Amino acid sequence: MSFDYGDFSYASKAEMLEKSREFWNPGKTDFWVDAGVPLVIDRREEYYLYDMSGKRLLDVHLNGGTYNLGHRNVEVVQAVTAATAHFDIGNHHFPSLARTALAEALVTSAPPGITKVVYGSGGGEAIDIAIKTARHTTRKRKIVSIIKAYHGHTGLAVATGDDRFSKLFLSDQPEEFPHVPFNDLGAMEEVLRGGDVAAVLIETIPATYGFPLPDPGYLESVKRLCERYDALYIADEVQTGLMRTGELWAITKHGICPDILVTGKGISGGMYPISAVLVTERAAGWLTEDGFGHISTFGGAELGCIAGLKALEICSRTETRSMVHYISDLIGRGLREIQSQYPDWFVGIRQHGVVIGLEFAHPQGAKFVMRSLYENGVWAIFSTLDPRVLQYKPGILMRPQLCEDLLDRTEVAIGQARSRLPRTDRHTSPRLRTAVPA
Amino acid sequence: MKEATSETAGVPRARQMLELAGWAAAAFARYDRASVMRIAEAVARVAESKAEHYAEWAVRETGFGVVEHKVLKNQLCSRGVVDAYRDHDYVTPRVDADAKMLEVPRPAGVVLALTPSTNPVSTVYCKVLLALLTRNAIVVSPHPFAKECCADAARALGEAAVAAGAPDGVVQVIDEPSIPLIDALMTDERTNVIVATGGVPVVRAAYGSGNPAIGVGPGNVPVLVDATADLQRAAEKLVASKAFDNSILCTNESVLVVEDSVADRFVREMERHGAHLLTAEERDRVRDVVFPEGRFDTTTVGKDAATIAARAQVRVPARTRILLAPFDSAVDEEPLAHEKLCPVLGMVRVPNAQRGIRTAVAVLRIGGAGHSAVIHSRNAETVMAYAAAVRVLRVAVNEGSSTGSAGFGTHLAPTMTIGTGFLGRSSLGENLEPKHLVNWTRVAYSTDPAEVLPSFEGMVPWEAPFEAVPPYPMPSNATVSTLTAMSSNGAGSGDGGSIELREELRRLILEELTAIVRG
Ligand SMILES: Cc1ncc(COP(=O)(O)O)c(C=O)c1O
Repeated sequence: MSFDYGDFSYASKAEMLEKSREFWNPGKTDFWVDAGVPLVIDRREEYYLYDMSGKRLLDVHLNGGTYNLGHRNVEVVQAVTAATAHFDIGNHHFPSLARTALAEALVTSAPPGITKVVYGSGGGEAIDIAIKTARHTTRKRKIVSIIKAYHGHTGLAVATGDDRFSKLFLSDQPEEFPHVPFNDLGAMEEVLRGGDVAAVLIETIPATYGFPLPDPGYLESVKRLCERYDALYIADEVQTGLMRTGELWAITKHGICPDILVTGKGISGGMYPISAVLVTERAAGWLTEDGFGHISTFGGAELGCIAGLKALEICSRTETRSMVHYISDLIGRGLREIQSQYPDWFVGIRQHGVVIGLEFAHPQGAKFVMRSLYENGVWAIFSTLDPRVLQYKPGILMRPQLCEDLLDRTEVAIGQARSRLPRTDRHTSPRLRTAVPA
Repeated sequence: MKEATSETAGVPRARQMLELAGWAAAAFARYDRASVMRIAEAVARVAESKAEHYAEWAVRETGFGVVEHKVLKNQLCSRGVVDAYRDHDYVTPRVDADAKMLEVPRPAGVVLALTPSTNPVSTVYCKVLLALLTRNAIVVSPHPFAKECCADAARALGEAAVAAGAPDGVVQVIDEPSIPLIDALMTDERTNVIVATGGVPVVRAAYGSGNPAIGVGPGNVPVLVDATADLQRAAEKLVASKAFDNSILCTNESVLVVEDSVADRFVREMERHGAHLLTAEERDRVRDVVFPEGRFDTTTVGKDAATIAARAQVRVPARTRILLAPFDSAVDEEPLAHEKLCPVLGMVRVPNAQRGIRTAVAVLRIGGAGHSAVIHSRNAETVMAYAAAVRVLRVAVNEGSSTGSAGFGTHLAPTMTIGTGFLGRSSLGENLEPKHLVNWTRVAYSTDPAEVLPSFEGMVPWEAPFEAVPPYPMPSNATVSTLTAMSSNGAGSGDGGSIELREELRRLILEELTAIVRG
């Protein structure tokens, strides 16, 4: 069987992997083969991925919500395809039709107070924009984030995250980027007390850390602390936004109107990369002072904006909202049932809508489960920064039968993973390095 | 570019309605009978309380019919329907001990309801209630002429259903129906059954969709008055029925066939009740107005007798309710022998009952096969002969057909959807009722006498929902206070948030209490 993709082709999957190692990224390529997930995504549709071997996988990784609406969502594809007859990326220097239209839609959809939109081409860039915006607004430098946070790998964003990624490139900047433990208000107040913090950057539910849920009242208190010490609150809603918690933006469920809200991934339906930073009037000053302050050729590429308009419209539908409520209820009940069968192994469910983390009683537990799930036709990823926890992220348009099928497969896989645990050696990790952000 | 995309605009979202309806139907199919009846009763109450409101709206929007008659239809299709089925059970499994069989009901799932412009809101009422009584979700696609009143009514019923505990999305409605959109929904595999009431093309399309469908054909109702009839009573019933809602129902009488010996007396009786007998010349002018060049003019649909008379320049007494248009023989080329949907009643005199039966058969050959017919007679043999001869599936006897054939004033099933059966190219031969929207899984035990049918006494696989369906998503570490806060913060907290909140609170408090008790 050969693999012909038109302008390129491979004789076999083995040849493809070899070339991937040779020309692209040997570390990543080997990692997945070693992890028992030798996935090379070929065909993709709805919530399914197909490996080059033809193996079908139900996708509950969704690239962190990029495929919230499914792969190649028909409506988004249609919108983008139609738009290519008229638009391209556009010229970022000029007022732009599609950028403006999406900006207006985003502002309309956003929590109260948001008045303007700045575009990037990916989540990391958007985080960088948010940080720069906060610094400009407050005339302060420090950005506080959570230990084990993940906000992307661009110049500023990388410094807000785990030092594994910043130190590699000598990009850690501990003085300007203090990290505090999640759910620790004392530590948060401590770091803010000096009054020299420009912003607290925080995911509404930290994804790559395995979706630990904010303690009741935690985020609300952080917001109050920000107000007290004159720091901006930047909500990273890259993974928690777009209806995944049953409201368009998860932060609104906390009654918080952030100064800055960052969205990416699913915002353009997985069809054309853009990201967006939603800012309040207070933070929007530089857009008037020097509109060229942040320049990004691909930021808010017009085709991406058209994808974004459609994706935002789909996410905002009352039908979608109701479906998310149904899905999270069905999946939640199903998971609790599975948990009751393996209480000593499947020890926790962290769930808010379809943002879900599954905790296992082994330091690398989620990697075992990930592998078993893969064998059972489901693709879900462990949490890089807490590999006990599997990220389990069903799409927001899942059909009832797809959800039931997912639960059946999950039940089998969790049982299998448990039976494969190296009993003798519970605390040594399997031969897997923690490698990927979600 | 706009043109290229606008053609399919609305279709994907409408498909998503079916998807949501599927979720709602799956949840609803687990409800117990008490919950189902509570929901149906609540919806019927709201529907009935708005009977006038929607009757006025429908007449205003469509220009068809008579407000007070639409009020009556709306009442019959709300309280009337629930009254008729209150004592039926489409939910609880049943045992047929003799047949050694357990039967478990299976709702259709997602019902796609196409509703007409003629009986717009009453049909919406009726179909929504039939769906709810059988634990189905329903997506209503109203006729474009009546889309606003129907959408509003469907929405009001849906809100009432959810407020009474039904799953969210159980009743949905298409705001902007269009042919490509309806076609997309009819052929979508998420549609479990189409219930099509409307014109021939839409019904044929329903049957052509590849999905299970219940569609009904048009009527062309003959009414035979023989010499034995109670003329006074028959005249009163017939005029009232023909005038009802300006004759817009498919069950309205179309052609009167009357025995010569009593015809003059009968016409006089009818005149007393507001019929106006047209002269031959007036008849021709009315024919030209209703069927210009032999083709039916839809602008006469549901207009009153005075309006039609005025258009035909016929002077009629002020209290005229129907126009009586005599003609000689019921043949295809006589326009007045066809369905009229306005208060013009064709009239053919016949020498005897025998000939009258043949004339009624001829009327039905022209149109309305499988639909309805009427006879006013006190002779059982004539009734039997008539029933055996006319190619219809219901014959109202000594009753007006408008409501009688629709199950109001007779013991037929009360409905706005009249099955025309195999005679009328339909899969449904009865008046549509709840039972048509539910299948039963038959659990059959061996006939071997050694195999005993166990008692299933007290076993009900369904239950009452104990919170909003679906529950509002809360973080799994929520406490009562987060809950209160989040439910009121939720962007959409307006829509039923308070009920959700109350239910969620109850659940959480319970959970916390149990945790405390357990220590
Ligand atoms: C919460 C969060 N923020 C930011 C990012 C960075 O996005 P990108 O990879 O598009 O730069 C990610 C990516 O995983 C993320 O999960």
